[in-house]
Amino acid sequence: MIRLGDIVPKVRSKNAGPFWLTIDIFCGNTATFTQTSRQLKTRAVAEALDMDQFQIKRFDIADLNVIKLSMPRPSTQGASTDRDMHGASFGQLIQDLMI
Amino acid sequence: MTKVLIPSGALGLGYDRDALARGIEHQPDIIAIDGGSTDSGPHYLGTGTSKYSRSSTKAEWAELIDARAKAGVPLLIGTAGTCGSDDAVDWLVDITREIASERGERLTMAVLKSGQDKVLMAAAFDCGRITPLPAAPKVNADTFLSCSNIVALAGVEQIQAALDTGADIVIAGRATDTAVIAALPLKHGCHAGAAWHGAKVGECGALATTNPNSGTILIAFDDQGFTITPMGKDAHATPQTVSAHMLYENSDPYILYEPGGHLDVTGATYTALNDRNVRVQGSKWVPSDRYTVKLEGARPAGYQTISLALIRDPRYVENIHTWRDDIITKCTAKAEDRIGGHFTIEIRLIGVDATLGPLDAHSNVGSEVGVLGIITAETEGLSREVAKILNPYLLHHPLFENEEMPTFAFPFSPPELPRGVVHEFCLHHVLELEHPMDAFRLTTEEIGA
Repeated sequence: MIRLGDIVPKVRSKNAGPFWLTIDIFCGNTATFTQTSRQLKTRAVAEALDMDQFQIKRFDIADLNVIKLSMPRPSTQGASTDRDMHGASFGQLIQDLMI
Repeated sequence: MTKVLIPSGALGLGYDRDALARGIEHQPDIIAIDGGSTDSGPHYLGTGTSKYSRSSTKAEWAELIDARAKAGVPLLIGTAGTCGSDDAVDWLVDITREIASERGERLTMAVLKSGQDKVLMAAAFDCGRITPLPAAPKVNADTFLSCSNIVALAGVEQIQAALDTGADIVIAGRATDTAVIAALPLKHGCHAGAAWHGAKVGECGALATTNPNSGTILIAFDDQGFTITPMGKDAHATPQTVSAHMLYENSDPYILYEPGGHLDVTGATYTALNDRNVRVQGSKWVPSDRYTVKLEGARPAGYQTISLALIRDPRYVENIHTWRDDIITKCTAKAEDRIGGHFTIEIRLIGVDATLGPLDAHSNVGSEVGVLGIITAETEGLSREVAKILNPYLLHHPLFENEEMPTFAFPFSPPELPRGVVHEFCLHHVLELEHPMDAFRLTTEEIGA
């Protein structure tokens, strides 16, 4: 098992509008992309974010060596329960996943 | 061919002046810039205000008005004043009048407004003309009536109507980021898929290049595709930087929904013409049967007061959750007993898990914790009162009843800071229109000497 953040160069988390979050895992090269694409389970992402895995849209983009995960925002942007206006920190949870 | 010069990702962000000057030398057909986004939160739409300072906005806008004069082409801004509400548009219109009059420059200005009447929107919802997008909150007619501002996002049709007035300067309210860039190429008959795709790539200025801080880029559209050229000296566009931009703040990397249809970039090809320019072809525009525009709405969600205390005592740091939970229970009971009313007390622990909350399984607690009390209440007075009931707990609350009274660090006097009314986004819907201009208002005026 290895921590995802130790093998990929960058995980970016951003708002995609106030109601959606999008997380891009930049794998950097084909080998890391192939490994991550095979071993990263959408269910593990769902557990890290405490949401139903069927709410997550996943795109494994070989041309860019990127895995994109989009999901309804855990809290609507700026709502009283929201802690992160730009949704920038959720990528940390993905970096901490073990694959 | 239609050349669109994009000075930066948003007015107020700044740009490289040399890059802008080089852009003018390329003889663009229009200078187009975005003025906002929802990304800074609901406050701006809720209050109809800009997140950037008036002085910065005026300085940058004046430079773009100069650039416009040099290029002899229209200057266009969408989503003026961060949120694109009517008040935010009026704010930029006022700044523009001021610049023209200070310079003694005579200009024609077209103003496109996107603000929606909440009573009309509630009625449109009741008759089924407003429908939810994926992950939309549940709404009813009252949701629309509770909004302080509702805006519709203009597409290219409304922006083209504003350009058709022949104005020197077009100030548009809320519009899609892409519409302000795609409007002129589409009006000139350029390839529709290319116009929308190029607009998406260009919406953040030089973010789709190797040097995002250089700001300015030029996109040349034609009847088959588009070519992106960064204007920053050390900026390069590569097939990687350009294609990767479809990922940015976009939930689907291949499809982008816009008023009147959607962009599909599945078949796009990205070719490096040299080490600076990239050519893109093969994107597709798919028109829709219905013409819809997206709605954004924000409404008041109570009044907030926050208090900040700092805990450095190792025993309290170690037992911070117990301490925090005990304060919430006791303070809530006391406030309910003494004043009542609707309020909530939340305490976030900075240095523990304030960023991710219960999702954070890997936090390492350091030598101190910032304790952020957040009181949200139905009135400003109640929120301040409850904060004042909370403050003595944050200063002196003992971990156990039988121990000596501790004292913690308050960085300020008073420790509580009123945040006034707070807002929340409450719409993620589309409005169906018979004619694109039905929900928008276009006016023109002469300004300056």
